[in-house]
Amino acid sequence: MRDSTFKGALSDRTAKTFMGVLFGATLLVTLLNQVFPPDSALHVSAYTVTLLGKYLCYALLALALDLVWGYCGILSLGHGAFFALGGYAMGMYLMRQIGDRGVYGNAELPDFMVFLNWSELPWYWQGFDQFWFAALMIFLVPGLLAFVFGWLAFRSRVTGVYLSIITQALTYALMLAFFRNELGFGGNNGLTDFKDLLGFSLQEDSTRVALLMATAISLAGAFVLCRWITGSKLGRVVLAVRDAESRARFIGYRTEHYKLWVFTVSAILAGLAGALYVPQVGIINPGEFSPLNSIELVVWVAVGGRATLYGAVIGAILVNYGKTVFTGIMPEAWLFALGGLFVAVTVFMPQGIVGLVEKHWPSLKQRFLKTPGDNDTPMAEGEQS
Amino acid sequence: MGYSFSRMLAAIVLAIMASLSWADEVLQDTTASPQTIEAMADADVEEDIAGAPPSIQDILNQLASRSFDDKEAAIRQLAEQDSPRVVPLLNALMNRDLVHNREDDTISLGSKQDGQWLLLDPVSETEIGTVDSRAARPVVINNRLRTVINNQLALFALNSDDSEQRVQAAAQLIGNDDPDMLSALRLRRESEDNSRVIEQIDTALNIAALGSDELTARLNAIDTLSSNLHPEVKNRLNERLRLTESDAEKTALTKALRRIDSRIENFQTADTIFFGLSLGSVLLLAAIGLAITFGVMGVINMAHGELIMLGAYTTYVVQQLLPNSHEWSLLVAVPAAFLVSAFVGILIERFVIRFLYGRPLETLLATFGVSLILQQAVRVIFSPLNRTVITPDWMSGALQINPVFSLTYNRLYIIFFALAVFLGLLTLLKKTRLGLQVRAVSQNRTTARALGIRSERVNALTFGLGSGIAGIAGVALAQLTNVGPNLGQSYIIDSFMVVVFGGVGNLWGTLTAAFGLGIANKLLEPMAGAVLAKILVLIFIILFIQRKPRGLFPQRGRAAED
Repeated sequence: MRDSTFKGALSDRTAKTFMGVLFGATLLVTLLNQVFPPDSALHVSAYTVTLLGKYLCYALLALALDLVWGYCGILSLGHGAFFALGGYAMGMYLMRQIGDRGVYGNAELPDFMVFLNWSELPWYWQGFDQFWFAALMIFLVPGLLAFVFGWLAFRSRVTGVYLSIITQALTYALMLAFFRNELGFGGNNGLTDFKDLLGFSLQEDSTRVALLMATAISLAGAFVLCRWITGSKLGRVVLAVRDAESRARFIGYRTEHYKLWVFTVSAILAGLAGALYVPQVGIINPGEFSPLNSIELVVWVAVGGRATLYGAVIGAILVNYGKTVFTGIMPEAWLFALGGLFVAVTVFMPQGIVGLVEKHWPSLKQRFLKTPGDNDTPMAEGEQS
Repeated sequence: MGYSFSRMLAAIVLAIMASLSWADEVLQDTTASPQTIEAMADADVEEDIAGAPPSIQDILNQLASRSFDDKEAAIRQLAEQDSPRVVPLLNALMNRDLVHNREDDTISLGSKQDGQWLLLDPVSETEIGTVDSRAARPVVINNRLRTVINNQLALFALNSDDSEQRVQAAAQLIGNDDPDMLSALRLRRESEDNSRVIEQIDTALNIAALGSDELTARLNAIDTLSSNLHPEVKNRLNERLRLTESDAEKTALTKALRRIDSRIENFQTADTIFFGLSLGSVLLLAAIGLAITFGVMGVINMAHGELIMLGAYTTYVVQQLLPNSHEWSLLVAVPAAFLVSAFVGILIERFVIRFLYGRPLETLLATFGVSLILQQAVRVIFSPLNRTVITPDWMSGALQINPVFSLTYNRLYIIFFALAVFLGLLTLLKKTRLGLQVRAVSQNRTTARALGIRSERVNALTFGLGSGIAGIAGVALAQLTNVGPNLGQSYIIDSFMVVVFGGVGNLWGTLTAAFGLGIANKLLEPMAGAVLAKILVLIFIILFIQRKPRGLFPQRGRAAED
């Protein structure tokens, strides 16, 4: 049994392995990028660094979704919205950092506002020139939206498919809204052309590596946080809500409160993922709100395996790696592959890769470990029993 | 329900009105010979011609003159001739097809061929030879002459046997102050018995009367024009309001303008509601198949939009296969689209959904995967570019109720089509054996099976039915929007909203929700703009579902029907 304290979550074996692999990979990439000169065979390009950073952002987003879907049974088809809102909050800070280096050289207004003939900064852009304020908003805006939306939805017991559809409507409505120039977020083009973050140029390799590190640390922190939440007493109740909501309610738990709490935490994590994503890819536009993104996110979690947390991370990285490879070699085939993945995962492996491996672990381990030495096998079996 | 029926009745009345005006044409008889009226109308220009009546060629030869006054006289004289050649010759003059042959100083029809003029006799259209390109040149006309020719042509059209031409001619003369034209209109008014022509002539005459010297004549004209929606009327009344010094006239004018404005506003509301109904019928078509698969079977089919898209592409393919019969290829396309989409739907049910019954969230994901595959397949087969589906003639154009209000035929037909599909489906579910079985399975699968219904077969057929209807929706949508791989995606969220808003498992709820949302969307659009209107509707639905999580008409107890 796991220790349900935060310290316990930090020191349990899964978390240790997870962090070990994560930091190991990140440090390796960092070293290869920073130590070896660009013409060396061992050098890792800044592109790869950013790509890895992007995957880790997606992993963080998948982790957030796994928390609500895997553990609480809420299939949100609108998590892309929280991701994008976090991204926009970061994007607004980065826009203000451009200052007078924009095309129009206006120190006060971002380029697109000058282009639209706006004379002053809208009220909701105030304060975004301060990093602390932007950072606060990265957590606050997605969190608040999730809180209000969840409060309304869970209180009136909107569940299952209905909830999925209205979360989808939410992100769809936000996408339409952000496409409007009048809203003041750059319309169709979104926010882009960023120069620097906290004074460090975004073009520098060192900044990219630092962003990758920050993402890895955030992911590790979020992982431990989720382990802690799911291992705590609250986590047990959340599981009960997933499996038999009415019973949990009849026993006397205010199930909507538990759901709301988990939903809000998850939205905040998604927002954080978006905020880390934007400086690395250099753009945020309304396309991030598109319902397709949110559904794709669900399949990452499904591929990896629900309710395991690390499964979501593995799924996000694998699917996105597959996407990068596929769209590079044969772009037409990617959607076939993704579509096939959706079908195959739901029909043939409902527990995802992690579930598949766990199911076949004993036989795999036996076959795999037979060759090096026979004395390993009894131990593996002993562990299983 | 009663609400939507009254809408339907209104549409039927409109259709009857349209057919009545066609009947007018048939009943129309030609009383006065056009030429006599013509001669009387232009009596005053005849004075300077004496002696034996000149031939058409003689009159035409006067066009060789350099003076535009001479040319005008010649044109007027030509117009008085009692000959079928007059209109073609006037048109030829307009189109610079009449040429002046400098060698013998005559006028004939001419066309340039191989750097030479091929000349034709203006009356008989027989060839009279070719001349060098510099030996002849087209008769030059100026804007004043163009107006004269146009007026003369309008007069001919005004006295044509074809009532449609008379309506157009009279409409063209609205706002014309030329006294000759007005007297011609007055003459025609006496013998005219087509109400549409009379209406146009009255408008033209009353507008002219606004410029009369007598106050009472002006007041009468203002009074009769006060319910007239022709845009020229509003212009002239406004102009009159600036010029007039009489207080009585001012009051009358303000009143008339206010009445016209309020009428225009009413018709604009009617127009908005028509567009709302049209959008509603599109939503109904898109959502009704979903209402079956989602409502009756509890299956979330995210590929529904792509089944609509398949229907649209089937329409395209049918048109490609029958290139010479656009007029009726739709009749083939509707069953073809039904079969194609139903077939694909049954495949989806047999190979994917069958394994996922009772796990709605998993069906959602799996069918989403299917939708991606279908989209990409269409992209690979038909290219990612949009395809154009040709609209048949009987669907293009509009039913013009008055100058500010018209109903486009394609939207009108789609409203009827959507209602027909709805009623057909309702009958199918209520009156047939399959419908009974579908309802039984949807109410209680176990009991239905116990009573000997093969629920597997019913599932496949129901899913095929819902998908087939999506295909039919695709045929209708192909007439309104571009046919492209993303066609389905843009309708899937809206369709879900309609089904959820109306209440799952309730077809009447779907109907109400589709028309309600369609009209609400269009009513909001002028106030908020298209995108914001859509956002507002979405927010409304999100909030509505919080209040009533089961939609407008929640399914209770036994019934998906009743």
